[in-house]
Amino acid sequence: MNNRTLMLGNEAIAHALLENGCRIASSYPGTPASEILSALARIKTEAGIAMHAEWAINEKVAFEIAYTGAMTGLRAAVSMKQVGLNVASDPLMSAAYTGVKGGFLVISADDPGPHSSQTEQDSRLLAMAAKIPVLDPSSPAHARELVEVGYELSEIFEIPVMLRPTTRVCHACQDVSPGEIRPFPRKAEFRKSPGRWAATPAYRYELHRLLNGKLAAIACWHRTAPFRANPDAAGPRAIVASGVAAAHAREILSGSGLWDRIPLYHIVQPYPLHPEFISRLLGTYEEVLVLEETAGVIEMQIMDRGRVRGKLSGAVPEAGELLPEIAEEAIAKFAGIETGGSAAPSPQSGGRRPTLCAGCPHRSSFYAIKKAAPAGIYPSDIGCYTLGLNLGGVDTVLCMGAAVSQAAGFYQAHRLSGKAVDIVATIGDSTFYHAGIPPLIDAVVQGARFVLVILDNSTTAMTGFQPTPATGKGAAGAPAGAVDMEALVRACGVEFCKVGTPGRLPEFIALLKEAVAHSRERGVAVVIAREPCVMDRSQADRLPTPRKVFITDACNGCRYCTTQFECPALLYDEEGKRVSIDGLLCNGCGVCLHVCPLDAIRAEPPEGESR
Amino acid sequence: MTARQQILVSGVGGQGVLFITRLLADAAIGKGAGVLTSETHGMAQRGGVVVSHLKVGDFSSPLVRPSHADGLLVLSAENFTLHRRFLRPAGWAFVNAPPGGSLEGGGANVRAVDADGLARKSGNPMAANLVLLGCALSGLANAEGTGLLFCSPGDVEAALKRRLQGKESLLGASLQALALGMREGTR
Repeated sequence: MNNRTLMLGNEAIAHALLENGCRIASSYPGTPASEILSALARIKTEAGIAMHAEWAINEKVAFEIAYTGAMTGLRAAVSMKQVGLNVASDPLMSAAYTGVKGGFLVISADDPGPHSSQTEQDSRLLAMAAKIPVLDPSSPAHARELVEVGYELSEIFEIPVMLRPTTRVCHACQDVSPGEIRPFPRKAEFRKSPGRWAATPAYRYELHRLLNGKLAAIACWHRTAPFRANPDAAGPRAIVASGVAAAHAREILSGSGLWDRIPLYHIVQPYPLHPEFISRLLGTYEEVLVLEETAGVIEMQIMDRGRVRGKLSGAVPEAGELLPEIAEEAIAKFAGIETGGSAAPSPQSGGRRPTLCAGCPHRSSFYAIKKAAPAGIYPSDIGCYTLGLNLGGVDTVLCMGAAVSQAAGFYQAHRLSGKAVDIVATIGDSTFYHAGIPPLIDAVVQGARFVLVILDNSTTAMTGFQPTPATGKGAAGAPAGAVDMEALVRACGVEFCKVGTPGRLPEFIALLKEAVAHSRERGVAVVIAREPCVMDRSQADRLPTPRKVFITDACNGCRYCTTQFECPALLYDEEGKRVSIDGLLCNGCGVCLHVCPLDAIRAEPPEGESR
Repeated sequence: MTARQQILVSGVGGQGVLFITRLLADAAIGKGAGVLTSETHGMAQRGGVVVSHLKVGDFSSPLVRPSHADGLLVLSAENFTLHRRFLRPAGWAFVNAPPGGSLEGGGANVRAVDADGLARKSGNPMAANLVLLGCALSGLANAEGTGLLFCSPGDVEAALKRRLQGKESLLGASLQALALGMREGTR
């Protein structure tokens, strides 16, 4: 017990993957799952483990690479955020039928809240739809244990197993005692079996029957059966909980005097729920309260609507994070007692909103877009640049890659209505590679007319600076291949493809105007806005020389710069009625010099330069 | 046996909320205590509200319930209104706030500290987080003179040394910032 170390949930999962012999790991970054693969790449390098760990172009590709590794008998894992599983759902559904040889974990991190996602969807519902078992860890230490259990389950039943942590597991830190990373000798060995690996519909029926048989057996497997958190408790009512909700329930019961009065069952495998447990539960208790995130997956499998309370019965909210104070209130109501007083006023929202960083090239891009197409429609996409919302440069955000298809959709809808409108879409470089290429080809083929600005900061910034397919570096920083973005765009059939630097604002606005003019007459125009992310230390040498920026007395406090350019380093002083520079935040990019209508923002020349 | 303690660390992205949360978590492990934290990652880290929950002792939930926190460390004064509901009635708070301002709803156990100003004057403007932490660590911070936090300044210094191993100049500056806060706390 003396090797206790502080581990982020995602690190604990990564470490456990290596402890259990994972040799193919693939992922696409997304909060709250990103640190799983980055930690794994770091730890495997430190431990000298020979394995394949990659940041894939998207979750579908990531899934298929890892899955195929498991077909050859190696242990494999794919990790992603919950909406990433939507992208990978096609191979997921099919892989459930064909199964695996080596253990295969599908790690899909949910984000109840949501804190950093488009939806609150429950990945366990996709496990149900695919008919694969899902494990629901309640803490970093528990997640570490379930990796081992999951691999065993996967190999015994030759089935992909989902591990479904939530934000409060992924981004919780706990004292964890990691196990040893030992050698795991196994060689890839693909045994041909066309009736299985290349099954036609006739065989698929057979595979489906087999899958149902596996699920029935998994529902009786002892290692994932529910367990009693408080074996000595007795009473007519029981609580059933999984994941972080089980961790909340344990703490609330033990602190409220209910620990001995309400039996608490901790569910490890929400699907398939053990039938023996269900009948014992319903045979023993008058009433059952189910606490789980985010949908009523356990609840819907306990088939007695009259006695089961939960999300479907209205006892627990169906949207939002199941915070401990909400669980406490539900438990108190269920037990017929007063709450302990923590069910305070509903969570206050508000506080400072996130914003693009000082010096961020995206800010210049959005400012330029508004200048070049002031009455335009601005579809955008998923990434830091979604914060272009604050600048009025983002009108729509749907899902990865949709900026391009939505630009085409807006064009077609307006064309039909005989309306001319400028459409300028924005998409990040990583998002473009992920899901932006097929819709770009489609737009060219269908004759759509719009400008696509690819915000190319040469990294996946929002999720922690993972490489893109153009970076030329792999997950652990080792050299990797690289694609040429301009060649790719041209190969999609785009005639107008030009590269600009957003920080050179006047030139960049001119380039965008040229692109808008092209889009009106000819078709799709692509502008690649290429400038490194100011937060990415690996690209620091590519940043322009900083200049000391100051405000002159010409400032009349019109606030044009703070509202239209919205750089956090530009501060409006309510008392002095003028703008000042926050010297700590300002990175000296000097773009705001071109923004002030009164020319009141000035800069000293870069050091070492004379004018 | 270390006392159980629940703390919230609140600020905006870029202020080092995560750093001092993990530092305190390390200190807890150093004392042989169990620890659970919950962190804010993702979009909020771009200058938005960032809050960490830290629970030392035999807890199972990673989140602090409202009215259950023993203490708050608030790096951005505007967040005090947002997060003071987590504080239990007798709880304490250290709030980084410019001099002269008043903290709405602040009681006797709420102390405003100009951590930004102190850090700036010391030539290490990014270390306001450690200045504030140092203030909370200073032994005379409560009437009993035992300190309010579950750990001592020495525990945190040891954790800092482990965390910043091999980064000597950063470690030196960090220890100085912590000491600066402790001096301010005992003033």
